[in-house]
Amino acid sequence: MKLTLKVWRQKNSQSQGKFVEYQLDDISAGSSFLEMLDILSEQQVANGEEPVAFDHDCREGICGSCSLTINGIPHGPENGTTACQLHMRHFHDGQTITIEPWRAAPFPVIKDLVTDRTAFDRIIQSGGFITARAGTAVDANSSPIAKGTADYAMDAAACIGCGACVAACPNASAMLFTAAKVSHMNSLPQGKPEKDRRALAMVSTMDGEGFGGCTNIGECEAVCPKSISLDMIAQLNRDYTAAKVKDFFYLVP
Amino acid sequence: MNLDSNIPEGPLADKWSNHKFKMKLVNPANRRKYNVIVVGSGLAGGAAAASLAEQGYNVSCFCYQDSPRRAHSIAAQGGINAAKNYQNDGDSVRRLFYDTVKGGDYRAREANVYRLAEVSSDIIDQCVAQGVPFAREYGGMLANRSFGGAQVSRTFYARGQTGQQLLLGAYSALSKQIGLGKVKMYNRHEMLDVVKVEGHAKGVIVRNMITGEVSRHAADAVVMATGGYGNVFFLSTNAQGCNVSAAYRAYKRGAGFANPCYTQIHPTCIPVHGDQQSKLTLMSESLRNDGRVWAPKSAEAAKQIREGTLDPNTVVEQERDYFLERKYPSFGNLAPRDISSRAAKEVCDEGRGVASSGLGVFLDFRDAIARDGQPAIAERYGNLFDMYQCITGADPYSTPMMIFPAVHYTMGGLWVDYNLQSSIPGMFVGGEANFSDHGANRLGASALMQGLADGYFVLPYTVGNYLAEEGIAAAGTVTTEHPAFAAVEAEVQGRIETLLSVNGTESPRSFHKRLGQIIWDKCGMARDKDGLTGAIAEIQALRKEFWANVRVVGDARSLNPELERAGRVADFLEFGELLCRDALMREESCGGHFRVEHQTSEGEAKRDDENFTFVGVWEYKGDDIDPELHKEDLVYEEVKLATRSYK
Repeated sequence: MKLTLKVWRQKNSQSQGKFVEYQLDDISAGSSFLEMLDILSEQQVANGEEPVAFDHDCREGICGSCSLTINGIPHGPENGTTACQLHMRHFHDGQTITIEPWRAAPFPVIKDLVTDRTAFDRIIQSGGFITARAGTAVDANSSPIAKGTADYAMDAAACIGCGACVAACPNASAMLFTAAKVSHMNSLPQGKPEKDRRALAMVSTMDGEGFGGCTNIGECEAVCPKSISLDMIAQLNRDYTAAKVKDFFYLVP
Repeated sequence: MNLDSNIPEGPLADKWSNHKFKMKLVNPANRRKYNVIVVGSGLAGGAAAASLAEQGYNVSCFCYQDSPRRAHSIAAQGGINAAKNYQNDGDSVRRLFYDTVKGGDYRAREANVYRLAEVSSDIIDQCVAQGVPFAREYGGMLANRSFGGAQVSRTFYARGQTGQQLLLGAYSALSKQIGLGKVKMYNRHEMLDVVKVEGHAKGVIVRNMITGEVSRHAADAVVMATGGYGNVFFLSTNAQGCNVSAAYRAYKRGAGFANPCYTQIHPTCIPVHGDQQSKLTLMSESLRNDGRVWAPKSAEAAKQIREGTLDPNTVVEQERDYFLERKYPSFGNLAPRDISSRAAKEVCDEGRGVASSGLGVFLDFRDAIARDGQPAIAERYGNLFDMYQCITGADPYSTPMMIFPAVHYTMGGLWVDYNLQSSIPGMFVGGEANFSDHGANRLGASALMQGLADGYFVLPYTVGNYLAEEGIAAAGTVTTEHPAFAAVEAEVQGRIETLLSVNGTESPRSFHKRLGQIIWDKCGMARDKDGLTGAIAEIQALRKEFWANVRVVGDARSLNPELERAGRVADFLEFGELLCRDALMREESCGGHFRVEHQTSEGEAKRDDENFTFVGVWEYKGDDIDPELHKEDLVYEEVKLATRSYK
């Protein structure tokens, strides 16, 4: 198929960006979206131009590197799919496709379609862990966990940290990301001792990084490639409120 | 080259505990005086960096991804083995050890494998304590499943995302230490060389992939956990960024490279769709628990299926060849990876392959769905079925999946002793980057086990022992001011400038593709002397062409993925030759290494234990000089060498 691409080009974080148009011929329907961009890259190298830079790695929908807003939708038109798992059969011959980076102040553009998402790492560093030094653990079956609880924790833990939720949110809120990690850990017995500290610290870091507040719009859930539920945000709000009240009475260790 | 394996004395079962007791310790107050560099943030690197920091060492950790959470360990699907015997089906440390040695076709070091089996249970405990949401039974106990090459259920799993959950566990532990300031994390930094001072590894040269700045980092020890080299084949299940450069640079600085020809071709990948393809996608081996592998008995029917004139569902039972069940009745569809892959290749060579290219066989869930119902199958494999449908557009609930083998894992790697120390003192190697535990073939669900065993339970002890032996007076004495750093940095800069100045006409990706084709054709699932000799000559010619005609656009002082790729492809072009040399040297068939000249009358791999029970370790001797082969003899005290049979 033949395609017209309108791609965001930006030299670095300081410079002004703009859309640039490219024509591609002969893209097979079985190719993935990123393979289509590979072909563009090869075409650009042949012309002596610098190829469009974009983040990608595993190309099987799990590492969370790829981060393209395709025709206005983070990760493109297919539900529950990362851009790397999106295939060209979902587009038609002659179509114009717009490709932009994640748009959110806490994710500054590094170059073209590559953004800096280290704010997510800093949210995790502030509390997204269960303290268990290597070598100190008791037998794995010593604390039974109901299947429902384990499944719920897994639903939350499935987050790949891609940032599509932030890119889709009009407030650039990171609530779904933060809530997924808090819900995963706070729901498990192993995570209980640090439950309150975790909720308080992660929300505080999230706010400090410049992410906006949640106003229950739901765009995050709609674009999430792992279909993380808005319920996680409700869980975070509960845990955060409880922790805040306890904190008021100096009850958070 | 010193290849003393340093295997501790004493009975196999006591070696590790005796060794731990005999190792020297660094007093907790002194640990903060030592700096350790960890390159890579996957299961082995992330776990080692976190554990060393927990003990009190200052750690610098480097990864090329934009976050340590994205290392390719994340893509492992099926599970992690451990000798817990929670299923009460006869598992034990000894059995896991035995299965691993046998699965590796008797080419792994016994003592290392035993230790791996021994610490396997601790890994599960550790991960559960960190909050890894493993699958559970209704009673709240951990669930298990069986995996290829084993007759017990010892695999723990978290849906089809076990690697992701284990990596996120290590990442969370690492993140805590970063938050505490004990680990300095360098994202988007690529290691380009290692620096030796008086024979010991004392630092690395890295490139900041955003600014292009090349910088020096000094430490008292260096841990390399830089993954495998499967991308030498261009098409593999590895992530796009996986590369051999860090390991190959270490090899060029004097680290022995062991068994590079042991590469694993995984039987259950989605077949190639066309020439625009950039990677192959693995479908978890766990699918073989319920899926049945078959191809049509007649080449004519296969042809009709390829052309779309015959619906595979209408092929009657007598016309189907369930070739794994036929050839290996006791293991059936759960035969180990190397054996299953070769069987699929044979079927396709006979013209009975399906998929448009003729390179594919069926993995059929029809019987499992009839037996257990679609909801049960969806519960077990739902996300894998979705992934298959997303990529191919076909629904595996109603039409059989198609699969074909693809390069997946590399058992070879930098040579290490029992302490996971390479032949460069002070340089330790963990995870897929080392050669140690899987012999000539890795069993399913053992990679995650090995990565975490190295990272959580082996390296934190053995690195400490090395530092203690070097003495507290030496702590932190080597700095980046040492002339060795300046010299290596200048070489690295020179190389970057050369790549940018060739200014030819062919892209790095195009060279990579051509290299991959040579290696897949001549050093893939079946290898022979003529093919390998030819491949070596072809690779040498291609390498010359690369340095004369590569075109690297952009500059060195900004984010430049073409420059990164060019550097990696340049190393693959040298490493590919080493791979073929090793395959040529090993005049036997074992595990993933199948030499056509060495097979039984039934077409099975034929080992030559008398002449090849050794680790082949290559020493770099200089550009355009043949590398020198050294041998570490493998001594089997516990396991009796036998023909590996899965019949």
